[in-house]
Amino acid sequence: MKRWLALLLAVLNGLRRRRLRRSEAEEERRGRIVPPGSPERGWETAVIVLLFAAALCAVGFLVIYAVDSLGNRTQLFGLTLGGSLGLLAAALIIVGRQLVVTEENEEEFPEAEHPREQEAIAQVVDESTSRLTRKRLLLGAGGAAGGALSLAALAPALSLGPLLDTDPLYATPWRRGVRLIGEDGLPLRADAVEEDSFYTAFPAHAKRDDIAAPVVVVRLNPAKLRLPPERARWAPGGILAYSKACTHAGCAIALYRKPTFTPTEPRPALVCPCHYSTFDPATGGEVMSGPAGRPLPQLPLMVGADGVLRAGGNYSGPVGPSWSGVRSRRPGR
Amino acid sequence: MIRRFVGTVDRATGASPLLRKAMRYLFPDHWSFLLGEVALYAFMVLVATGIYLTLFFEPSLTKTTYDGVYEPLRGAQMSQAYKSVVDISYDVKAGLLIRQTHHWAADVFVAAIVLHVLRVFFTGAFRRPRQLTWMIGVVMLFASLVEGYAGYSMVDDLLSGMGLAIGYSVALSTPVIGGNLGLGIWGGPYPGSHAFESRLYIAHVLLFPVLIGTLLAVHLALVAARHHTQFRTSPRATEKRLIGVPTFPGQAPRSLGLMLAVAAMLVLLGGLVQINPIWQWGPYDVALGTNGAQPDWYLGWLIGALRLMPGFDVTIGDYTLVPNPFWGGALFPLIVVAVMLLIPFAEGRLTGDRGPHNVLDRPRDAPGRTAFGLAFLTWVVLIFVAGSADRATVFFGADYETQMWIYRALVVFAPFVVFVIARRVCRELQLAERLAEDRRAAEDEAEQVSLPVSPVG
Repeated sequence: MKRWLALLLAVLNGLRRRRLRRSEAEEERRGRIVPPGSPERGWETAVIVLLFAAALCAVGFLVIYAVDSLGNRTQLFGLTLGGSLGLLAAALIIVGRQLVVTEENEEEFPEAEHPREQEAIAQVVDESTSRLTRKRLLLGAGGAAGGALSLAALAPALSLGPLLDTDPLYATPWRRGVRLIGEDGLPLRADAVEEDSFYTAFPAHAKRDDIAAPVVVVRLNPAKLRLPPERARWAPGGILAYSKACTHAGCAIALYRKPTFTPTEPRPALVCPCHYSTFDPATGGEVMSGPAGRPLPQLPLMVGADGVLRAGGNYSGPVGPSWSGVRSRRPGR
Repeated sequence: MIRRFVGTVDRATGASPLLRKAMRYLFPDHWSFLLGEVALYAFMVLVATGIYLTLFFEPSLTKTTYDGVYEPLRGAQMSQAYKSVVDISYDVKAGLLIRQTHHWAADVFVAAIVLHVLRVFFTGAFRRPRQLTWMIGVVMLFASLVEGYAGYSMVDDLLSGMGLAIGYSVALSTPVIGGNLGLGIWGGPYPGSHAFESRLYIAHVLLFPVLIGTLLAVHLALVAARHHTQFRTSPRATEKRLIGVPTFPGQAPRSLGLMLAVAAMLVLLGGLVQINPIWQWGPYDVALGTNGAQPDWYLGWLIGALRLMPGFDVTIGDYTLVPNPFWGGALFPLIVVAVMLLIPFAEGRLTGDRGPHNVLDRPRDAPGRTAFGLAFLTWVVLIFVAGSADRATVFFGADYETQMWIYRALVVFAPFVVFVIARRVCRELQLAERLAEDRRAAEDEAEQVSLPVSPVG
């Protein structure tokens, strides 16, 4: 039995050697494409270890994913999956830099231009169209067909929105008599509005998520107001309301800077956190600083018999960011 | 085994000649040539993670009440879109990993493109015969910015809503047609119709990815057709002759290794470093805003430009012609794109050198180009940094308005100073090199002369 085995081994070995010899001979005859190099067993071992480690990490990911008691562990997922990818990357980079032979070959850059081909193409086009007698007219007719068809194909894009009409930009949900609703969903009473504080209110019975809906409400000392004369009755008891949409880029005026340090902040200010446009509530929303180009639209207020704040009319100007022609008219009555 | 496989493939496709050529295509070796590859691999990660996310994301603004596992938001009104992203983060197993990896990949993608563009510019790789490759790259860069913006905007969290309001104001600020343009894109006055979410979604998951993917394919095809540029690393590397490592076996494992390394880095970031925790921002509401909100880094230059612009609209009597956001939000990026697109032609015209180039310059070899590039970069980076002035106010108490005026002055003057200094430095470096060369030549000569006399030899 043993002898048979030894014989078999010897035969196999011989076969292998013969094959090796044959392939070497073949190589010599043909000439190598890739130059030969000596083995690097150390680096090979490193690659094998890295590959097994990568497999282990990937299995780790599978285990963490499968075992419910571990929960949704984003960090462990990241470590195992990222680790596996990283180990595989390391293995490949070692293969590229240490195991495969480093070649430095050379070749010619391709021609930057091919004058003969250019000429041939022009010739083909010329000769193909040589039967045509009225080329200009044909070209013009083709252009007309293509152009008109393109316009027709593009026309449905007009349905995307009210493209030819900017009226919707002036629309607001505020009318004379509309009640102000606070953030808690209850009507905002005039006596609930305190100085040095900042309230957001919405029109009653209207959509809340409309850029023209929310207003900021603040109370200032009536003696310190310097509103334009026609707005003298817009701030009952010093309570003022302004559109919450910045006239610069439409972000919500989410900051109220009541003067905490008077030397640098002499007056209260409404500030937009996006680009720091700063508006003066005492003067009817004039721009104090920042990139805004228009004052903040003011909403006239009045106090109803029930003590609830109501709009005295529509805004003093268009709400939100400006567009070409924005100053042409005021929002609807 | 290999022979049989290759035979089968060849008989089926006839691709062997092509394949053989591709295997022995040469890549010149320099670390900076890998930046473009990093971008390519980040894009692949984006596509893979993005497809996974679409399987869960619901692009709908229909309001719903949150009843999921994240306690602080229970009972809150929110859009289906926002809710589905909170669910991806909390309910879908490994969902947060994929989502954060996707977001990180976007940031790394744009960063890699920017570095790649800088490498290509400062080495003059954009010159003939590669102008078209450069221009396609520039278009891809800006398409990627829009793509990223659309991606984080469609989530409908508070931050994305604020970003959309700014985008709306920029659209509206377009002279003459702005109002119509804004209404057209949004389907009505801000926040627009519900269809707007569908528009964002299809733009983010189909239109822009396909655009970027197509341009990417053309970009790579052009690189291969012209072959890669090379540095003059050896005297054998010339305008006519390319020295490099073949695709197989040299380049393939390295490049594949880089791909996996990029993926590993992004997955590790996605797993370990939190990014855009939208459950903390809360759902969007036109009446709400947060202070200290910062967009993804690649939009920082636009925030800076919008903040830096002094407050005025251009009006003729009662007619508003140019609202303020146009300058920073539209004109500024358009100028940057236009300058970048024109660079290859402008350089040809200014230097009179319109010939093809396969060998790269070092920055000092072209003082004018390098100086212009650095000046232009200074301009954009200063505007970018101006966007963080509010942070400087919060952390160091620097007065915001004063900072704005300092930045405005810097933005106007600093590029010129940088231009002059950079050109001078490049010229001095060139001169120093020439001197060193002359001295070496002189020394060699002296040595040769003294050799016969020297007793030691």
